Amino acid sequence: MTNDELIWRIAGGSGDGIASTSQNFAKALMRSGLNVFTHRHYPSRIRGGHTYTEIRASADPVKSRGDGYNFLLALGDSFARNPQQNAYYGNEEIKPLSENLDELREGGVIIYDSGLLDASEIEDFDERVEENDWHVYDLDLRTMAREHGREVMRNTAGVGATCALAGIDLEWIEELMTDAMPEKILEPNLEILHEAYEMVESEYDVDAHDVKIPEGEHDEEQVLMSGSDAIAYGAIDEGCRFIAGYPMTPWTEVFTIMSQNLPELGGISEQVEDEIAAAALALGASHAGVKAMSGSSGGGFALMSEPLGLAEMTETPVVLIEAMRAGPSTGMPTKPEQGDLEHVLYTSQGDSHRIVFAPGTVAEAYTQTRKAFQIAYEYQIPSIVLYDQKLGGELVNVPASHFDEEPNPSLGSTLTEAEIADAPHDDSGKFSRFSYDTPEDNGVAPRSIPGQKGGRFLATGNEHMPEGHISEDPENRVFQMNKRMRKLEAIREELDGEVVNNSEYGEEDAQYGFLTFGSQQGTVEEAVDRLNEDGHSVKMLGVSEMAPYPVEQVSEFIESVDEVLVVEMNASAQFRGLTQKEVGRYGDKLSSLLKYNGNPFEPQDIVEGFEVNIVENDDHPHTRTKYVPAAGD
Amino acid sequence: MSAFSAIGEGKEIDRNDYTPGLEPQATWCPGCGDFGVLKALKGAAAELGKSPDEMLLVTGIGCSGKLNSYFESYGFHTIHGRSLPVARAAKLANPGLQVVAAGGDGDGYGIGGNHFMHSARENHDMTYIVFNNEIFGLTKGQTSPTSPMGHKSKTQPHGSAKQPLRPLSLSLTSGASYIARTAAVNPNQAKDIIVEAMEHDGFSHVDFLTQCPTWNKDARQYVPYVDIQDSEDYEFDNTDRREAAEMMHETEDALHEGTVLTGRYYVDSDRPSYQQEKQQIGEMPEEPLAERYFDDSYEWERSYDNFLDKHK
Ligand SMILES: Cc1ncc(C[n+]2csc(CCOP(=O)(O)OP(=O)(O)O)c2C)c(N)n1
Ligand code: SF4
Repeated sequence: MTNDELIWRIAGGSGDGIASTSQNFAKALMRSGLNVFTHRHYPSRIRGGHTYTEIRASADPVKSRGDGYNFLLALGDSFARNPQQNAYYGNEEIKPLSENLDELREGGVIIYDSGLLDASEIEDFDERVEENDWHVYDLDLRTMAREHGREVMRNTAGVGATCALAGIDLEWIEELMTDAMPEKILEPNLEILHEAYEMVESEYDVDAHDVKIPEGEHDEEQVLMSGSDAIAYGAIDEGCRFIAGYPMTPWTEVFTIMSQNLPELGGISEQVEDEIAAAALALGASHAGVKAMSGSSGGGFALMSEPLGLAEMTETPVVLIEAMRAGPSTGMPTKPEQGDLEHVLYTSQGDSHRIVFAPGTVAEAYTQTRKAFQIAYEYQIPSIVLYDQKLGGELVNVPASHFDEEPNPSLGSTLTEAEIADAPHDDSGKFSRFSYDTPEDNGVAPRSIPGQKGGRFLATGNEHMPEGHISEDPENRVFQMNKRMRKLEAIREELDGEVVNNSEYGEEDAQYGFLTFGSQQGTVEEAVDRLNEDGHSVKMLGVSEMAPYPVEQVSEFIESVDEVLVVEMNASAQFRGLTQKEVGRYGDKLSSLLKYNGNPFEPQDIVEGFEVNIVENDDHPHTRTKYVPAAGD
Repeated sequence: MSAFSAIGEGKEIDRNDYTPGLEPQATWCPGCGDFGVLKALKGAAAELGKSPDEMLLVTGIGCSGKLNSYFESYGFHTIHGRSLPVARAAKLANPGLQVVAAGGDGDGYGIGGNHFMHSARENHDMTYIVFNNEIFGLTKGQTSPTSPMGHKSKTQPHGSAKQPLRPLSLSLTSGASYIARTAAVNPNQAKDIIVEAMEHDGFSHVDFLTQCPTWNKDARQYVPYVDIQDSEDYEFDNTDRREAAEMMHETEDALHEGTVLTGRYYVDSDRPSYQQEKQQIGEMPEEPLAERYFDDSYEWERSYDNFLDKHK
């Protein structure tokens, strides 16, 4: 754990502007030259209820939220009060302060809004402050904001105070506020920012503690991006101009970003009656010659099961996005989990196949979404981008150049009318779209698009002949089945030649390995560094290709170490199960580290898990360490 | 030049142009009303001069869904109840296509009821033909949403306790802008209605009464029908919502009492289609979206130039 970092937590009530304030603050820190990583914690409630966002900022690369934090800005939950009924929602009123103390590091700083929060309501507050050497600043931010005419500006006052205490140059914040705020509210916000800053500087000892902002510099321009942004931009850059969806947390973020941007790009966004319709629309648009996508989260994706199979059988390209949240059923809508892996891999009837990518970082979310479109359209097969609420919502800095890629509007394996004219047709003039002969021997027969002369064919979810007519002929069945399956081998070969996907990290000749997938990648990387610093010898493989599975690469990785700890956020070890199924051996080399309490892993969880499973438990390598849900989660 | 040169080809088309050269695996029983829809659709397409390559016929699952096997055009035989969302999107992607969706009463009013309601509400420019045989044909004769009360079947041995659904009234309240009922036993009226429906700019719904001699021997579709437009007894203004609604109710009551009334029940030519509305508010391109993918001179925009500034 490096001390050369600021992990700033801003806590308050949902709807109190915590998200926008923290987003701006993170951007200001990024602009000042630091690497940032944000983590959001919010309840499944629109207004009120305790919420916080953490921003970790360091000159060194940051890959996870870190362990604990060192600076708390507790603003108070304005919605915890209900003046009409004179009622309080339980004891939530003090939560922004009381709920956050457990993870505050020794020597940390607390600013709390004494206009809304009363520290004397918290048992043992003073003792804990004393014990942990915390530095507490009770500032009446609410009154200050009221005096400036708008109580919501408590946030800005808090940021001003933070800057004074952490040694952050106000210039960065001012510049950002000027960019982001309409003129009318800019002036009072700038005033209160300065007033709070100066008040703290003049009345308090700002050097009493040593939580200070580090200094850093980027060698190239950065952008602050979430996983949801990256997925949407990846789709846009691949020429996707049609999206159909139905809202469901956390998929809604991607849907929203696409809907807000597509019309300006001449594209179409449709919010429709349900998820079955959404997936079916994406198929219809794709069939008619447009790059199309849809998506959902667990329950909505369940409804897409049948259209998904239809896409495979009719060889209609489509990209579906699956944003995991804790299940089963509606589960915990705002909490991350990786429990939909098997659902996404195996849903839909018959021998059906789809391509599944599970990006591990925001940057990968962009590249792999692009890859998902390329594979879908080239191979005429559904492909899925599987991620979770954590990756979707976290904001990190990514070099802007990462997005400086050419657009790719290619529809993949399609034919022009001239090419169609030369292709085989049946007696009625139907084009043999599902021909047995595929030019590249990769199972792909190029398609025609409705409206093209001479290209008519029938797409059907029933087994069919080359021109599309329904058939139960056994020989044809085997041919068509084999043809569809041949694509998978070809895709596997194509992906093996790519460097963008599965990422290895750590010393090549390490003794132990971590295997993980999706959003846990960065956290595990950080744990790998710490363990190696502590004298262990570990490395990691973050797998992003769930289907087809990178059997060779994973096998080599497992072979190269004594034992492997598989880290995933679910209770039934789905990724370990998949790995074991796919590689078909090494069962006794793999053990699991599982967490499913609604919170993602922190690096320390993994360090401890390694010690319990690998160091202390040599006899039982297949044990699973589970993290028991903490009270209140 | 358009990448879709079949669209608007406008050559002389014969109804035989819509007949597949291959003998489809026979799936319809002799005497099935579905042949009547096929005949009417072929006649209508020929009359409109649509080439098979510019038509997209999207079907659901059921005997009705096999229409694609007998009709030569671009086709998408989808899944049970889901023809409408597929068809809608294809039309949005390429408004030049003549899009027709078709399915059964189970397919369209049962499992796909939600899509029916919303497609009508949105007034997509397309035609929807429902083969209404008051029964599930393909799964061997179970009760459907339009089966009359008391209808006995293997899954409803004591007779259905449910009121049949009223497709015309439902369509009207949902927002369809062209609503008609016709019957397989009257091929001429059926063809005329399908021509009108296909020409109509908006969601046109044709409830097509088809007999199922295999599973629904006592259905009333065998009863001689009355063409309400030809009959002096049924004069009403089919551009007036309220009058149309009343007439639909009368028709739907009469069907269960043994009189089959058919004709155009509601025609609203003024209401813009969904595509037009969407273009109006700037959510849909003027040129067909699908064309763009074949246009080498089109300049594709990318996120780097358009959106990255706000993340800096
Ligand atoms: C999701 C799903 N449920 C059930 C079925 C089985 N199924 C196939 S056709 C059909 C009923 C068709 O009845 P209808 O729509 O009235 O058409 P008809 O066969 O009478 O033309 C059913 C229930 C299916 N294919 N898919
Ligand atoms: S079962 Fe009925 S609906 Fe189906 S083909 Fe036979 S007669 Fe027609």
